[in-house]
Amino acid sequence: MKLLPSPLVCRDAVELASDYLDGTLSRRQRRRLEKHLAGCDACTAYLEQMRTTIAASGKVGPEDLPSDVVEGLVNLFRQYRDDK
Amino acid sequence: MDDAELLERLLGGDESAFTELVRRYHQTLVKVARYYVASATSAEDVAQDTWIAVLRGADKFEGRSSFKTWLLRICVNRARTSGVKEHRTVPVDTNESGPSVSAHRFDQGGFWSDPPVPFTDAIDTRLDNTVLLKAVRDAIDSLGEPQQAVVTLRDVEGLSTQEVATLLGLSEANVRVILHRGRAHVREIVEEAMKGSKL
Repeated sequence: MKLLPSPLVCRDAVELASDYLDGTLSRRQRRRLEKHLAGCDACTAYLEQMRTTIAASGKVGPEDLPSDVVEGLVNLFRQYRDDK
Repeated sequence: MDDAELLERLLGGDESAFTELVRRYHQTLVKVARYYVASATSAEDVAQDTWIAVLRGADKFEGRSSFKTWLLRICVNRARTSGVKEHRTVPVDTNESGPSVSAHRFDQGGFWSDPPVPFTDAIDTRLDNTVLLKAVRDAIDSLGEPQQAVVTLRDVEGLSTQEVATLLGLSEANVRVILHRGRAHVREIVEEAMKGSKL
């Protein structure tokens, strides 16, 4: 007799979140997770937070650089241009 | 203006094009270099060396990959060399086998006892929100290596998992595990930060 996979508990469901959002879970794993999510508001909230966080990571943009770092590099550029 | 146009202008001696490329990528170079070298100062040195290599070799860039990929490859090669000179061992993710969410947030059966508080609609729908973006940036900056390098390359710079794996010399499976743990950590910090937000 083939045993059905046991249902996921929340502790295991959260470990699948990143791969789920990247679409890299196996079909079986994805189904197990989606079945769990259908009945679990907390894991759904967790997944949505992960989704928002990943999307926001792509929008953080470059940080302001300290002026001495920029100045140092611009000086390198001028040196290079003048030596050319 | 895209990177290719900026590179074209840089080749023509345009200082502002160089400054813009530096503004876009310098911190990413520092974060990636940090994975290989022993200190923040060494990582800054590697990033600076990378720009020197760009200035010297920009006219040889053939465009077979994107400028970003080319730049990152130069950085990784230089960082690896520096790391070897420093006898630095590249860090591994020591928490790889532990849970990504603290065990105390679950009951004995594995169900949430301290569930996440959903973000408000204002947070979810406003990804340009400065409070959220600051929280995310701070969280990424607080990650240790290799998570910081992997999350920066994958989620901030938008490289694919395969590109990150190739660049850092890791397996894709390893990148996925590191990424998962890094993202979980960032989410946790952002969740905390957003609890106090009125958004």
